[in-house]
Amino acid sequence: MAEIGQSGSRASTLIGIGAKAAIEAEKRELKTRWLLVSPAIVIICLAGFLPLTIILFYSFMSPGPYAGVSFEPTFRAWIFLILEEDLFEETLGLNYAHISIFSRSIGLALGTTILTLIIGFPTAYFIATRPIRQRNFWLFMISLPFWSNLLVRTFAIMMFIREQGFVNHVLLYLGVIDKPLSIMFTPTAVWIGLVYAYLPLMVMPLYASMEKLDFRLIEAAYDLYASRWKVLQKVIIPLVKPGIVAGSILVFIPSIGAYVTPKILGGGKSLMLGNLISNQFGTSRDWPMGSALALFLMAMVMVALIIYVRNESRNNPGG
Amino acid sequence: MAELLAKRNRQHFNVRRLPGFTTIATFCLIALYLPLILVVFFSFNADRSVTVFSHFGLNWYEEAARNTFVQNATWLSLKLAFFSTVVATTCATMAGLATTRQKPFRGQSVVYGIINQPLMIPEIVTAVALLTFFGAIKQATQVYGFGYLLTAHIVFCIPFAYMPIRARLQDMDLTLEHAAADLYASPWQAFKRVTLPIMIPGIIAGAMLSFVISFDDVIISMLVAGPGETTLPVWMIGQLRRGLTPQINAVSTVLLAVTFLVVWMVFVLTTRKK
Repeated sequence: MAEIGQSGSRASTLIGIGAKAAIEAEKRELKTRWLLVSPAIVIICLAGFLPLTIILFYSFMSPGPYAGVSFEPTFRAWIFLILEEDLFEETLGLNYAHISIFSRSIGLALGTTILTLIIGFPTAYFIATRPIRQRNFWLFMISLPFWSNLLVRTFAIMMFIREQGFVNHVLLYLGVIDKPLSIMFTPTAVWIGLVYAYLPLMVMPLYASMEKLDFRLIEAAYDLYASRWKVLQKVIIPLVKPGIVAGSILVFIPSIGAYVTPKILGGGKSLMLGNLISNQFGTSRDWPMGSALALFLMAMVMVALIIYVRNESRNNPGG
Repeated sequence: MAELLAKRNRQHFNVRRLPGFTTIATFCLIALYLPLILVVFFSFNADRSVTVFSHFGLNWYEEAARNTFVQNATWLSLKLAFFSTVVATTCATMAGLATTRQKPFRGQSVVYGIINQPLMIPEIVTAVALLTFFGAIKQATQVYGFGYLLTAHIVFCIPFAYMPIRARLQDMDLTLEHAAADLYASPWQAFKRVTLPIMIPGIIAGAMLSFVISFDDVIISMLVAGPGETTLPVWMIGQLRRGLTPQINAVSTVLLAVTFLVVWMVFVLTTRKK
């Protein structure tokens, strides 16, 4: 009761009446605080949560004749998420079109996570071992591209890797290859694009945990005749594991839901889940299926987020 | 003698260094910037090519500036970013005041979760959810217009505006406010004279971030926009599917310049000594 708002210190001097007044004041203050948060909460509930409940509802409906839904409840969308009906024999089989897109999405997201980790780990370690002034410069430089327009960055990487692009020019000039590589419109192009887009999201949390690294432990390991590889494997990696988990999840989440990158770099044969979802609302006109796919994607992201939150709370209790 | 030896030894063997890491870090920095630098570089190409630089010219900037599609799209993007920033920053400032400085109230973690909801849902999911939701409203009320796109932008701007404001308020020294109260300042006076000036850098940072986020948004704008509502990024994604001319490079360069300037200012505002 020592600290109840601004009037608290004065109110509590008059013990007796003070206690009552204090409770009143606390009530009033609580009301003010709820009033203050209410605009943000109302907007997000109305235009953030409510639309999600609507697509949940739509996912159990039948598709409408042209677009939209017709209100006949069915599990069709959820069943055909991974199954497919054979038109002639009326039997159910696996929906290979969907399954190949799911596995490509998961594969690309995992591949992006691994490659960003391979590049990001040494980079974060390098930054963490710089003098303080240089560290801020490096961090700023690494995070800056992340804030720039994703479309501009995707366009930049497209110019970079396309057939008449910079990479091919340099490689041809150096004589490494004799005809240009065509990477565009393949899953590899999407992979490169995703790594380029989300690399900063890996470096940041890795740096945050490496900054706290106690280098005396590394010194001790060397004194005990550990090799560099052993030091990395047995000392550094276990100590920065929270950063590795955090970075991996922060990269995995936007990668699995990617839309712009596969749309521009991937072409028709490298669709990802995000493109499949938007196609259901566009050309395919199957809104219930689109809704079910969107919720499926959301569920995967939620699982990743739960792992992330657990990892964070285990490593910074109270924070 | 032993000291000297140890010193020499340390010069040869730095425990902090691992072989190859410097190379990878340098590669990482170059890889992040080289593609962007090339985009900027070819925007100044007088020629039509985006691969061979002939000579310097600003004609693609002129062309982009004269293009009515670019003009309209830029105007819409600016309008959208401005209004969503104003609303989102106001909501975020109020929410920031309510969720910091005092002991947490019951349900505060729920409030925190709700405010961060737009960050946790994949953007494509939010986009299709809003598409169906707004579609239903439009059908029921026959009301169309700018309001839908604006609402969609406000929602995902709120958490971006909220983060720096909350961070600023959490670092704030409470004794100043108590001192004001002890000196018989009314709560409103204390807020205006003490709290508000301290939180201004946080508010500016939050507003700038939400402006950038709104201005750069592609997915939600693309799916939620009504007919004729083409924002600059949506115009760009359409262009990428047609032919490539350095006009896109010119527009990209302007976008990059604006973003970098704003982010640098946010960086200065949030890291400056309080």
